[in-house]
Amino acid sequence: MTDETRDATMSIWRGTKTGGRFETYTVPMVEGMVVLDVIHRIQALRAPDLAVRWNCKAGKCGSCSAEINGHARLLCMTRMNTFAPGEEITVSPMKTFPIIKDLVTDVSFNYEKAKEIPAFKPKPKEADGTRRMYQEDIDRVQEFHKCIECFLCQDTCHVIRDHEENKKAFAGPRFFVRLAALEMHPLDTNDRLELIRQKAGLGFCNITKCCTEVCPEDIHITDNAIIPLKERIVTEFYDPLAWVKRRVLSKGAQQPGPGEPEPPSAKA
Amino acid sequence: MATASGVRRIGDRVERKDLWWVEPLIYVVVLGGFVVYATWASLANGNYYADPYLSPFYSPCLAQNCVHPTLPLLGSWWNLSPAILIVGSPLAFRFTCYYYRRSYYRGFFRSPPACLVPDAPKTYSGETRFPFIIQNLHRYTLYIAVLVLVVLWWDAIEAFNFHGHFGIGLGTVIMVANVLLLTGYTLGCHSARYLVGGYLDSFHKASLRFRLWTYSNRLNVRHNRWAWASLVVVGLTDLYIRLVAMGVIVDPRWIS
Repeated sequence: MTDETRDATMSIWRGTKTGGRFETYTVPMVEGMVVLDVIHRIQALRAPDLAVRWNCKAGKCGSCSAEINGHARLLCMTRMNTFAPGEEITVSPMKTFPIIKDLVTDVSFNYEKAKEIPAFKPKPKEADGTRRMYQEDIDRVQEFHKCIECFLCQDTCHVIRDHEENKKAFAGPRFFVRLAALEMHPLDTNDRLELIRQKAGLGFCNITKCCTEVCPEDIHITDNAIIPLKERIVTEFYDPLAWVKRRVLSKGAQQPGPGEPEPPSAKA
Repeated sequence: MATASGVRRIGDRVERKDLWWVEPLIYVVVLGGFVVYATWASLANGNYYADPYLSPFYSPCLAQNCVHPTLPLLGSWWNLSPAILIVGSPLAFRFTCYYYRRSYYRGFFRSPPACLVPDAPKTYSGETRFPFIIQNLHRYTLYIAVLVLVVLWWDAIEAFNFHGHFGIGLGTVIMVANVLLLTGYTLGCHSARYLVGGYLDSFHKASLRFRLWTYSNRLNVRHNRWAWASLVVVGLTDLYIRLVAMGVIVDPRWIS
């Protein structure tokens, strides 16, 4: 069905970091459209200066993150037929990050946090000159590699969304996923637990699971990344029995093998 | 609330149009109701045993003044309700449970009440400071919960014992259902999942721990359902035994 007579009405945030307001637009829409299509149509017919960031329009680049009716969503993955006919749809930028213009925000907070994470540091090679990983070990971390860095989890995390002051001390769920992928990697030797506890501020997370609820890649951020990291932190810093066990069975830290290059960003 | 984006200063409103407040309200009603009922039932010190059923709130029964003692460690000097001695351990297990934390932080602390709905508290330190830093000892409450679970399994087996004869009553079915739900909830706990094998980076040379971790994962996927079902049923188990002990209802018995 091609139904050009049906209209879509959207209330879209227009403004810059100095301020702005919601403006309402009505444009014709057709069946099969997503919210991003309607925004493009508004750009074409009503507001050519409306700023929106997008790239793939297939839910894989993570560019078009925004808040639709108060839910953190990808604009390109939210179909118009999920709304009631005639409903006014509210679209605003991710409120956790500084606004640049309209729906475009400055997400450089995330890139700064990413720089703080020590890179992968592999174990020494085996006698035959290779490194081996087994499927059962890789299956667990594979989930974390699905992340498209849309930063919707960062946007919805109340630790930084509602408490700006915590941004210095808290990395956010996207980076706990990254840290879990590295910490649970069967070949990695870097110890990031102190960083996870202190600099990344894992203790700030009160596991209310909003990050998991909004993840467009369906990564179980809280259950599979954050909570296992919390348990590792407990073993390392809070569990007296684990402390005694470490003292009794203390082992030296693994070192890179002879001739192994030190990755350039491997310094904790 | 203002943020660096400036958006909320002007559009200061909750943009969600759904009934986001229903979920935290349910948490307050159900969790609050359970705490009130469990406290009352534990202090009641009566009608907790209807032969052969022992209320889970009073098991293990550790005082001599128990109607049906499990292990009378405390002598006759203990004249308060024996439930006081043990009810704290399952409550501590649930209070520090990762799933319930999500629920009561949303329901009671409104931190946040729902996703993308602003926090009620103005300042926030999460679980980095007292008292919430104590949540890090959840695994110790798990250890105690496992011990209690063993006793509850014994109670469930005893529920088939009608004066030395095998029997099945409605109470037997309820007690078995209760202990099965508690087992599913306990073994799927995030700490259990970690302790049985999740702490490993490589499972290749730890096949038993890998299997245990896999089984715990299967339960953990629906940990929320196990949590709610076991919470409601443990309360109903106590209520059923209480009503039978009071003579309000007669326990239907199919084999006895």
